[in-house]
Amino acid sequence: MSDCKEEPRAPRSTWISQVKTPADAGAIGATVTANIDGQDVKVPMGTTILEAAVKLGIRIPTLCNHADLCVAGVCRVCVVDVEGQRTLQVACAYPIAQPIKVRTHTAKVRNARRHVIDLILSDHYGECYCCARNNNCELQSLAKEYGVDFYRFGHPDKAKYEVDRSSYAVLRDMNKCVLCRRCVRTCIDLQEVGVLEVAHRSHKSKVETFMDKPLGEVICINCGQCINRCPTGALRANDPTYEVWAAIDDPTKHVVIQTAPSPRSAIGECFGLPPGTPMTYQMNTALRYCGFDKVFDTNFTADLTILEEGTELLLRLKKALVDGDKSVKLPQFTSCSPGWVKYIEHFHPDMLDHLSTAKSPQQMFGTLIKTYYAKLNNIDPANIVSVAVMPCSAKKFECNRPEMTSSGYKDVDFGLTCRETAQMISEAGIHLPDIPKSDFDDPFGTATGSGVIFGATGGVMESALRTVIELVTGKKVEQFYDHADIVPIRGFDGVRYAEIQIPDVGPVPDLLKRYFNDWNWLKGATVKVGVCHGTANAKRVLENIRAGGKFAECHFIEFMACPGGCLGGGGQPIPTSPEIRKARANAIYSEDSAYKVRKSHDNPAIWDIYNKFLTDGPCGHISHKLLHTHYTARGKYIIVV
Amino acid sequence: MNSSIKNALTFSTVEPSGGLRAAMDKGRAEIIAEVRASGIRGRGGAGFPTSVKWNLAAAAKSDRKFVVCNADEGEPGTFKDRVILSEYAGLVFDGMTIAAYAIGATTGILYLRAEYTYLREHLEKVLAERRAKGLLGQGVCGKDDFELDIQIRMGAGAYICGEETALIESMEGQRGEPRNRPPFPVDTGFTGRPTAVNNVETLAWVACIFARGADWFKSVGTGKSAGLKLFSVSGDCKAPGVYEFPMGITVASLLEAVGGQDAKAVQIGGASGYCVPAGEFTRTIAYEDIATGGSIIVIGRERDMLKVAENFMEFFADESCGQCTPCRLGNGKLLEGIHLLQQGRCSMQYLRELCSLGETMQLASKCGLGQSSPNALLSIVKHFQSEIMGRIPAAAAAARE
Repeated sequence: MSDCKEEPRAPRSTWISQVKTPADAGAIGATVTANIDGQDVKVPMGTTILEAAVKLGIRIPTLCNHADLCVAGVCRVCVVDVEGQRTLQVACAYPIAQPIKVRTHTAKVRNARRHVIDLILSDHYGECYCCARNNNCELQSLAKEYGVDFYRFGHPDKAKYEVDRSSYAVLRDMNKCVLCRRCVRTCIDLQEVGVLEVAHRSHKSKVETFMDKPLGEVICINCGQCINRCPTGALRANDPTYEVWAAIDDPTKHVVIQTAPSPRSAIGECFGLPPGTPMTYQMNTALRYCGFDKVFDTNFTADLTILEEGTELLLRLKKALVDGDKSVKLPQFTSCSPGWVKYIEHFHPDMLDHLSTAKSPQQMFGTLIKTYYAKLNNIDPANIVSVAVMPCSAKKFECNRPEMTSSGYKDVDFGLTCRETAQMISEAGIHLPDIPKSDFDDPFGTATGSGVIFGATGGVMESALRTVIELVTGKKVEQFYDHADIVPIRGFDGVRYAEIQIPDVGPVPDLLKRYFNDWNWLKGATVKVGVCHGTANAKRVLENIRAGGKFAECHFIEFMACPGGCLGGGGQPIPTSPEIRKARANAIYSEDSAYKVRKSHDNPAIWDIYNKFLTDGPCGHISHKLLHTHYTARGKYIIVV
Repeated sequence: MNSSIKNALTFSTVEPSGGLRAAMDKGRAEIIAEVRASGIRGRGGAGFPTSVKWNLAAAAKSDRKFVVCNADEGEPGTFKDRVILSEYAGLVFDGMTIAAYAIGATTGILYLRAEYTYLREHLEKVLAERRAKGLLGQGVCGKDDFELDIQIRMGAGAYICGEETALIESMEGQRGEPRNRPPFPVDTGFTGRPTAVNNVETLAWVACIFARGADWFKSVGTGKSAGLKLFSVSGDCKAPGVYEFPMGITVASLLEAVGGQDAKAVQIGGASGYCVPAGEFTRTIAYEDIATGGSIIVIGRERDMLKVAENFMEFFADESCGQCTPCRLGNGKLLEGIHLLQQGRCSMQYLRELCSLGETMQLASKCGLGQSSPNALLSIVKHFQSEIMGRIPAAAAAARE
């Protein structure tokens, strides 16, 4: 689909960890028989022992292995006995190139695994009771699985390292680190950000930032993907639940909460439900039960984002195509993902003019709550505490950006991850699946399917296209795409590209008449759009643009920092895997299908707010003051004073 | 003559570039066949048959191949490569050139340990002379289809970079850490291309094999361990230094030659090798009995075996790359155990537990470092248990006096 997908990835760990079929092993596509614990299985040449065992339903425990990451083979938990080999082999990194016989739980193997677990525990400081990952910790499960009933090689009684609380998003407690290097592989290979690397050697090895600076002072983009892949509690989000409870318990405070689309499709996982079980309306009830005064739907501002960002795009296009203004930057980049925004600020600061100035839905909502909503309900904004449930750790940084105070107050006071929200709900004594459903609160109650799909990669683009197509052609999207599902930009390919024809144009809607007299300049045009998720793919696209490739010709590109989009965000339930993200995406798209109103510009509450509050329309003076922002060219070199 | 050389070395009798010219008269397959006939195995210590390595590298398909000379001589007690590089560098480069021709490599790299930086100038001079003589460059020895240049890359002081895949990582500018094997370097080595990594001494012997013939080499040594071998002898003996002995020599005759007959034990193979007690001095030094890269440390009667074990374990607890769990944490636990033994606070049960941990490290570590680091302690516990158990804590001993 994309011409930049095939480029080599991963600068570092591929060499060290590749699992490769030897060139002389025979033709590609050849199969080989492996015998594991007496059972035969035919697998393609080069399949790892672990993959072959999974096929047979044989469990081999793992720790450093992760479905999203390249192989490391460092923890040595998955050792197995391969006939004819002097030493034990790691199942995750051993490619089967000839018929082999494997035993997965001989005395040697069990003894070695137990020793490895005992050794890790001898270097793992912390009590399970007071750990964010209690009951969801891979090391804890392994210890149970292997019957660890005492610390054979001792247990540290004091901390080696200070906990790094410098980042708004990610908290690092290296005392709990087991050096599986999943975070390193996530940061370097998966996201290509490269903030974390192993420093020092032997028992002094430690995952460090550059010069061991605090995480808040390096070029971390706060995506939190490392948190989702950490097997223990060494990495977690910076948790503000204590402050949120304090606000709820303070009778003078009016505490409102907005909930993003992605956590709804995932929060059930924290209560034992399978991934992809939507919990939208149960969560509303639960949050009210926790004590939030109002529960709003972030989808409302997602719809608003589409109107603002869509109008901005049409304005940019007109300036470039009709007025011949060379200073206009195209393609326009989306700006909803705060991890992506910080990424481009650090890594490609010269391209910031491409970013839409529209704030993210979270921040738009924050502003509206402390202006429009406060005025409407006659509440002093100083007494409003605005909380957001997000699938994201970067949102915690975003709401603390100094420019995010256009309401005159901190627009959003606290960002909660999906995990922290589940924690609050269970603290309130609620088992989420068991409680009745309830709807969102007015005046932002009504949402559309377009807002919902913001949670999946390609969702922002699909929503924007639904709106732009209808506003420009005056025809229903359904005439172009069945059921208004713009399928070409859906899916999980890292980089996607699509072309949308505008064969005919309709009249300019009232809302946009102040900017455009007619759409004739778009007649017969081809709108070229791109979608990508994960900053490694973002990097591919940006490099393609710099090289004048296909994406330089695009008009609009959606960027999401996290693999899978928001549904794979750093604030989502742990664990994550391609299958889990797919299940969450299915939940999101089926929720979209179920909505009566599925296009942002059809949302009556949106018309309402443009009539009553943002009276000079999308991208007007008021909306510019409240709903748009600016960015900081940060660069890669952080000067710490 | 280098003062550390103690007996007559074959290397001083072989004419430089003689072996190379003899090899260049042969075809590529013939060269590998000759190496196979000589029976030479890797002199770094692991003893992998050189011809098998070259065959695999020759068979691998790639746009480029590499020959690497592993001159990261880091094993405690080993210094024979230093002597070879300073006295017989020509033979080493001859061997590299033969290897490159045999496998089809166009680039040779000598990976020199940081501590040998002082040798670099000399080695660069030798390389420059070879370029001038047409022994390197386009058309080596007049062979139009053979182009080769040899460069030198420096290590940075890590023991682990003597492990071939860590060495390759280091040459690529990465953190020196072993890779997962398979794939092996002969298939996926430097920059992902087929690479033959050979020890300094192996390459020098290859040059001699072509100068003197495979039969000459094969006629020395034992069936499975052909040829001659250099030994770095140190410790409690009269004449420490570099010696040449045939493979298969008994520990006793070696000790006699170096003046260390009344030793209590000999550490063979450096810190990662085995500690052989006096009762086993009839054993032979060969791949089929006690394999070694050439480090012989003689341990005298008055030495404290726990001190010996502590010295080796301290080395590994510091030099582990920290990548895999058994080696990163296991070495530290074994060292702690030695400290407990020294204080008389290690129970038999815990000692057994530590020995079992050592066996796990041998089985489950990622590379040769962790797989061999418990060897010294395990063999000392096995042979000197009565000496190391029942120590009285220093304070208690002082109080008694």
